[in-house]
Amino acid sequence: MGRIPLATLQGRAHPLAISAAQIRTLAGTGVPAFDELLARHGCSPLEARTIEVLQVNVGKLCNQTCAHCHVDAGPDRREVMGRQTAEQVIELLRRNPGIPTLDITGGAPELNAQFPFLAAQATALGRRVIDRCNLSVLLLPSQRDLVGFLRDHRVEVTASLPSFRPAGTDAQRGDGVFAKSLVALRLLNEAGYGKGLVLNLVHNPVGAFLPGDQVSLERDYKRELRLRHGIVFDRLYTITNMPISRFLEHLERTGNLQRYMELLVTSFNPHAAEGVMCRTYLSVGWDGTLYDCDFNQMLDMPTNHGAPRTLAELLAQGNALPRKVVTGRHCFGCTAGAGSSCAGAVANPPVAARGGRHPG
Amino acid sequence: MAETYYCPHDLPRFAEMGKERPELWAKFLDYYNAVFADGALTAREKALIALGVAHAVQCPYCIDAYTQASLQNGADREQLTEAVHVACAIRGGASLVHGVQMRNVADKLGM
Repeated sequence: MGRIPLATLQGRAHPLAISAAQIRTLAGTGVPAFDELLARHGCSPLEARTIEVLQVNVGKLCNQTCAHCHVDAGPDRREVMGRQTAEQVIELLRRNPGIPTLDITGGAPELNAQFPFLAAQATALGRRVIDRCNLSVLLLPSQRDLVGFLRDHRVEVTASLPSFRPAGTDAQRGDGVFAKSLVALRLLNEAGYGKGLVLNLVHNPVGAFLPGDQVSLERDYKRELRLRHGIVFDRLYTITNMPISRFLEHLERTGNLQRYMELLVTSFNPHAAEGVMCRTYLSVGWDGTLYDCDFNQMLDMPTNHGAPRTLAELLAQGNALPRKVVTGRHCFGCTAGAGSSCAGAVANPPVAARGGRHPG
Repeated sequence: MAETYYCPHDLPRFAEMGKERPELWAKFLDYYNAVFADGALTAREKALIALGVAHAVQCPYCIDAYTQASLQNGADREQLTEAVHVACAIRGGASLVHGVQMRNVADKLGM
């Protein structure tokens, strides 16, 4: 994987920092429109009929600058959720007891001043709360009490670790991140995570290819992390790298864009399309704008087709369902192979994908 | 005729080998997929073994396919390189161990 300068696209004033330029770049690959391929395979149009997960992106501020980040997050980003919007999130949960899960993401969501408020209030409402954690944030001096807070509120931790070895992790997430991640994982284990409290890990491929089989990778991760480092965890989620933002820049810079998009399209799995997360998620941006998923959020593609477009509108109208999902060519990232969601694979991989592209 | 014997575009055409005798191809594919399914070894371990064998048999299609499969299944470049060295060591060792045959002949005939 060619090393990327560790800075945000926005900080580098890169043309792909603009979402419209990303959408144009994807269209320029000539791959078919997503809805067109969906219809060609006889799949039902993407529509949300329930909200099982309210995924709240509290902003783009992060202590890391990962090479594949679809948010273009980093230390220089200043877009963060304020108190008023956080209160609207809690109000939405209070009025909708049928939404069981609050999934808090970023950036590094823990760096947002509203994180403790959101987690504590949602927990008090009896909701399952997930913290999408980059691990290294737990070691910052300002976050000394974070592990204790997460433990006390029984917040589930879903942590990024692209490899159980240093080279891959550091190539994707920055030099020294693997070592920090191990320290953070030990802190979590000592607090009871992976031993009753839920600790899940996320694997993103370290390069321009699809993730391997989730079950098999989980076996490798569990064995290697336990034997070499004494670390335990619950489940591994494999997530395909989305061809947007910094990963799109990587694909373009390394001459892999065309091949990767064709790989996503030729690996289209109708079963995965039936299980994509936008059918059961509602995504909230740092400013209260609503989206069908976190990826649409980063492409500035809010909810449409008559659905409320902000938390304020939703609270006033009372309902966002059923909701036709806004799609684009990036959606092929969620329907390739075994599929991909914030909770990992969504279908069994096609047999040919298990052992590589082709026997031979 | 193609200008070279090996062409990257031929790899996706592998399934054409099922055209004349589909039942043989189906048996091969069933066996192949069963071999590479998760078992006592994980998909990553099997892909790394396949990568080593690919270098031993010097098949460019297999090297391409199993470099990708190894990466996809979570192996890193260091592990890929070690797999190739294993193939190299076995190939080199296989040559060297036949030196004992040489010594046997030389011992018998020499003075």
